[in-house]
Amino acid sequence: MTLLDQFQLILKSQNWPDWAVYLVPALVGIIIIISVVLTVVIVYIWWERRLISRFQIRLGPNRCGPEGIFQPIATAVKILLKEDIVPEKADKLIHFIAPITVFVPILLIFAVVPFGEGAILADLNVGIVYVIAISSISVIGIFMAAWASGNKYSFISGMRSIAQMVSYEIPVVLSIVGIALVVGSFSMLKIVEAQNIPFILLQPLGFLIFFLGSLAEMNRSPFDLLEADSEIVAGYHIEYSGMKFAMFYLGEYGVALAYAGIITTLFLSGWQGPLLPPVIWFLIKVMMVFSVIVWIRSTLPRFRVDQLTAFAWKFMLPLAVINLVLIAIEVLVIPANLQWTMVLINFGFAAVLILLWSKLFTLGGGRVEV
Amino acid sequence: MPIKTESFYLNVGPQHPSTHGVFRLRLSLDGEVVTDVEPIVGYLHRGIEKLAETRTYTQIIPLTDRLDYLASMTDNVAYCVAVEKLAGIKVPERAEYIRIIFSELMRISSHMMAVGFYLNDCGAFFTPVLYMWREREKIIDLFDMVCGQRLLYNYMRVGGVSQDLPDEFMPALKKFVDEMPRYIGEYNQLIKQNEIFLARSKGVGILPRETAINIGASGPVLRASGVKWDLRKMDPYSLYDRFDFDICTGEVGDCYDRYWVRMQEMTQSLRIIEQAMKQMPDKGPVCADVPQFFRPPAGEAYGYIEAPKGNLGFYIVSDGSIAPYRLHIFPPTLINITALRDMVIGWKVADLIIIFGSMDVVLGEIDR
Amino acid sequence: MTVALNGEETGKKVAEAIPGSVVSGDKNSLIVESKSLLQVAEYLKNTPGMEFDYLTVVTAVDYLDYFEVVYRLVSMKNNQSLMLKTRVFDRVNPTVASVTGLWRAAYYQEREIYDLLGIKFEGHPYLKRLLLWEGFEGYPLRRDYL
Repeated sequence: MTLLDQFQLILKSQNWPDWAVYLVPALVGIIIIISVVLTVVIVYIWWERRLISRFQIRLGPNRCGPEGIFQPIATAVKILLKEDIVPEKADKLIHFIAPITVFVPILLIFAVVPFGEGAILADLNVGIVYVIAISSISVIGIFMAAWASGNKYSFISGMRSIAQMVSYEIPVVLSIVGIALVVGSFSMLKIVEAQNIPFILLQPLGFLIFFLGSLAEMNRSPFDLLEADSEIVAGYHIEYSGMKFAMFYLGEYGVALAYAGIITTLFLSGWQGPLLPPVIWFLIKVMMVFSVIVWIRSTLPRFRVDQLTAFAWKFMLPLAVINLVLIAIEVLVIPANLQWTMVLINFGFAAVLILLWSKLFTLGGGRVEV
Repeated sequence: MPIKTESFYLNVGPQHPSTHGVFRLRLSLDGEVVTDVEPIVGYLHRGIEKLAETRTYTQIIPLTDRLDYLASMTDNVAYCVAVEKLAGIKVPERAEYIRIIFSELMRISSHMMAVGFYLNDCGAFFTPVLYMWREREKIIDLFDMVCGQRLLYNYMRVGGVSQDLPDEFMPALKKFVDEMPRYIGEYNQLIKQNEIFLARSKGVGILPRETAINIGASGPVLRASGVKWDLRKMDPYSLYDRFDFDICTGEVGDCYDRYWVRMQEMTQSLRIIEQAMKQMPDKGPVCADVPQFFRPPAGEAYGYIEAPKGNLGFYIVSDGSIAPYRLHIFPPTLINITALRDMVIGWKVADLIIIFGSMDVVLGEIDR
Repeated sequence: MTVALNGEETGKKVAEAIPGSVVSGDKNSLIVESKSLLQVAEYLKNTPGMEFDYLTVVTAVDYLDYFEVVYRLVSMKNNQSLMLKTRVFDRVNPTVASVTGLWRAAYYQEREIYDLLGIKFEGHPYLKRLLLWEGFEGYPLRRDYL
């Protein structure tokens, strides 16, 4: 029974008309989710800028409000006031639709992210499949933006985006299947409830694959080839400014927030935790995941495009398949009350496999004869 | 069946974050693979060679600052060495030591910028640059102490240096020299073992030994290709024959070697500074007695030094007046990019950026 | 220490091998005829005892009566250097043979000389203006350019 269902029951008991019983709670939920998400995204932008500047032995924005907390708002105002420039040779319509196509699916993901016990907009029984399906739509938006800009840099970026997304979706999905095998359901709520032991301990290899894969899906360093500022300047959003650019910018952080939420839900036992209220636990865990993402961004150089795909197909895909088979066997053989033995076995396997693969596999090709 | 593809042109620059200035590369691309490249320079051309013809010998020194603005101290030195050769001026010993100390500090600073921005080109979001800048800041503080400038120093003079070191300089330098090896160790810890960095730079952009010599490459680019050639050792100018240091060379001449040669050269420069601090006379003139408007005898001279980016030379022709008849600057980085085409063909766009970054070009010097 | 070869002595050797090529030679430099420059350069690069495999500076000076093109050759093997010069007396259409085929180091420097002094290098693979734009009038580093 989610909060939304309870709300509907209350309205029904007040003898509201049927359509209102269905519509009002949904609208209220959507408004709450969107406002929470946008607020958290703004906090995230501030948090990333402050944190990354600490990694880079500098202070970061600290003038605008206490500890610079209002800096993202100032940035947002600046971006909104900027002139909206559309290149003359751009495909105007697609250039206009693309930011929306990128931004809207990211908001849609939050419909199935459980913020607390029952605090979920739609408890779909295929929740995680829905996430995978919806998040792939953003790729089309990115490609639309890249193509419609009529810029060669963004064109390269669009080509990279397709290669990257197609490659990384497969290991990500395979690592999710491992979880579904243990839980026996695709529902986000059920997945959280099943985690007496967080799945990061139960499936360390699956976590690693999902985490790296989602880094690639959200175009974060070291997989940020789409917007590689040192190579193709800003990639697909090179020809965007003003509000349209803000959509990409918010979308970028929104997707980071969404994936941090999904990682928390799938692997870090979601809202569960002692003492503090569930929502706080959820946000703390999300913040931790996001901080690790920022840490990686400030530390690692970028992959090359062939190394990126090689990493997906030669490293992550085989490991994901092995992980899946392993989990399937364990689910069959090991009884549910002996999950701690599973933890030990899986950690051992993860260590051995990663060691083995790091010796066996080479990153990408080298020079091409032309 | 091979897929029929069409190549397209891409202009990298003049405004591009990774061209290190206003530089343009006209690429022919087949997908992401570079099939042809033509460097187009001249966007920063200020005509320094022509300007110099109407200035006195001393007035040219600030112009040389604007060449390689990341290493302007060595530009000063190179010019002064050339004029001293032309006019037969003997530089006092203390001034020579000051020059050597500053050249080596400049080399450390310049290599730091090179390595930091090279990693930035690899995609490490500004962290390496800022770590490098932490130490470069200390070097700049030292320069600030003696000449009050932080970028364009204008400190060297024909016949010596413009003023003696302040009292607080030597303790500060000693502190820097003592601390620096620890930081270099830290950089190596952070960078050298990084898998992605190795995957990106090992074997990428190989410049074979023979090509390196044939194109006249110099500096770390030449040495990374395995050529043991450093003017400080092979043709010691100033007092470099009094110091004990090694020429660092690479093995294959890839981007990694160019990075590693620079890191090692920092350590060697520290060794030179340490020895110079010990050998330097405490007192003495820091500039020879050179009048402000001096007239070198008619003739010509080619003075050259090992600048951080390579062999920097000044060819000066005098007609006996107070201004040079002709001044030619031999820029090491312009010569180094001759090899760019050989190195990048067949690599991806991302590799082009890091190969170009590993050559450590400064457009002030290329365009003059 | 890089030994700067005496132009006079080297000139004698060069004159033996390629008669009529040397104009004069003094302590610092060796001046050769512009028409036999390429031959001399080839001789200097490939003769044992010379082996100038490394070309550093290439530049030109406008002496109003003639242009002087200067090459500084270095031999890494023998650690010696030589200033090689040649003179062009034609102001309207000065032409020198390009040494790019022997040392690619000359590639950009010859383009630069063509750009700023207007000396044409025959046999250069891509003789275009380097620093100034296409269509720039005149050659700024000539002494009569104002």
